[in-house]
Amino acid sequence: MSAIKAGQPGILAGLLAITRRDLLLAWKRPGDVLNPLFFFAMVCTLFPLAVGPSAEQLTFSGPGVLWVAALLSTLLSLNSLFMSDHEDGSLDQLLVSPQPLPVLALGKTLAHWLISGFPLVLISPLLAITYRMPSDIMGVLMLTLLLGTISLSLLGSIGAALTVGLHRGTALLSLLILPLAMPVLLLGANTVSLAAGNDIYSTGIWALGAYAVGSISLAPYATAAALRISNE
Amino acid sequence: MWKFFHQLASPPHFYRLAATLIPWLAVPGVLLIAYGAYAGLFLVSADYQQGDAFRIIYVHVPSAYLSMMAYMMMAVGGGIGLIWRMKLAHAVGAAAAPLGAAFTFLALVTGSIWGRPMWGTWWEWGDPRMTSELILLFLYFGYMALRSSIDDTAKADKASAVLALVGVVNVVIVHFSVEWWSSLHQGQTVFKKGTMDADMRIPLFAMLIGFSLIFGAMLVSRLRTEVLFRERRTRWVRELVLSPEGGK
Repeated sequence: MSAIKAGQPGILAGLLAITRRDLLLAWKRPGDVLNPLFFFAMVCTLFPLAVGPSAEQLTFSGPGVLWVAALLSTLLSLNSLFMSDHEDGSLDQLLVSPQPLPVLALGKTLAHWLISGFPLVLISPLLAITYRMPSDIMGVLMLTLLLGTISLSLLGSIGAALTVGLHRGTALLSLLILPLAMPVLLLGANTVSLAAGNDIYSTGIWALGAYAVGSISLAPYATAAALRISNE
Repeated sequence: MWKFFHQLASPPHFYRLAATLIPWLAVPGVLLIAYGAYAGLFLVSADYQQGDAFRIIYVHVPSAYLSMMAYMMMAVGGGIGLIWRMKLAHAVGAAAAPLGAAFTFLALVTGSIWGRPMWGTWWEWGDPRMTSELILLFLYFGYMALRSSIDDTAKADKASAVLALVGVVNVVIVHFSVEWWSSLHQGQTVFKKGTMDADMRIPLFAMLIGFSLIFGAMLVSRLRTEVLFRERRTRWVRELVLSPEGGK
């Protein structure tokens, strides 16, 4: 690994380049974007079918169901975060590039979030309406999902980096990530529940924001370390 | 001083030292547990509030303590292994994980048995300690699963060390988030422990130290096996196994 020399693209340029590349790759394979989204919608559909369509129950359990579905759908898409790069060798190129690896990892995770997390945030109000959640808490729901999915993508990138190249990746990844993701789920779902019950919910928003900021600053380093270990 | 540490990191030396260490840990450990269990079950008078049910703390508290201790050892060992490339430190993590998981499970089971007469329920999601202990168990499972799915030992060591370090940060966050959550869900009157009486406390300390010593003995003996396995291609292991004593 060598440092960035004069005349080479700077750190920000590197970050944007890798993000743009991953977004472009996703654009060429729309299935990667749509599958987690469909999965999210499907899980949200299964739940009322399983527990019954009573309006009271749906309003009560809506935030929790939406959040669990968002968590599972993020998990589903994480497996492929470094997979294709590992298979075609571009991951090795990232490792030897003069750009700092944590920044590249952040760029890839940012792209992953834009592809899988952000669309969830956008369609969540639609599903929330079917759960008869009051329309004035849509903002809170979207805000918690926005902050939460950022944290989930970043946490997940650590797990994806640790399991890249392993055969039994998917189940192992879930086992590694779900305990780590639990605080996000707990804060997110309960903040929405509090908002629905006209309670004070700002603590949850702040805590989720703190978690997101913390994971943006720390997780890329763990991801970079894990990528180096997995590719020795 | 430094020479001692250097020798400790050398596998053959550690292997021999550990053999002499085990009885020194195990014998006092068994004696203390025997005393603690007898005193806790028969000598200490029943609690005025909880009756005889409180006696389970003599198993529950040491298990819960060791469940966290073992995780800290895994994380610290992983950190030392990553920073100073000390192989024995990684082996500590590998040896401690199943023990830690076992004590976590024991803490959960005894806590649940205790909770039944005290809170009237086997499981209470609103209690931060129970929930974080359960998450801790899952973290142990993840750690062991990651270790076992990577064939290359050196790689498995480093990957699981990263996971253990990430997990340590998480355990703290889990605890606080569940605490925040349970402060919203009013309900459970978690009984507050008053100051404990001295003759209740002494057996508890005996159990704590006894459990720790036994844990140490099991850890060291697991470490010996781990070292032997990791060094299986070296000459000293070959000589040891072929020697007349047969690896004692």
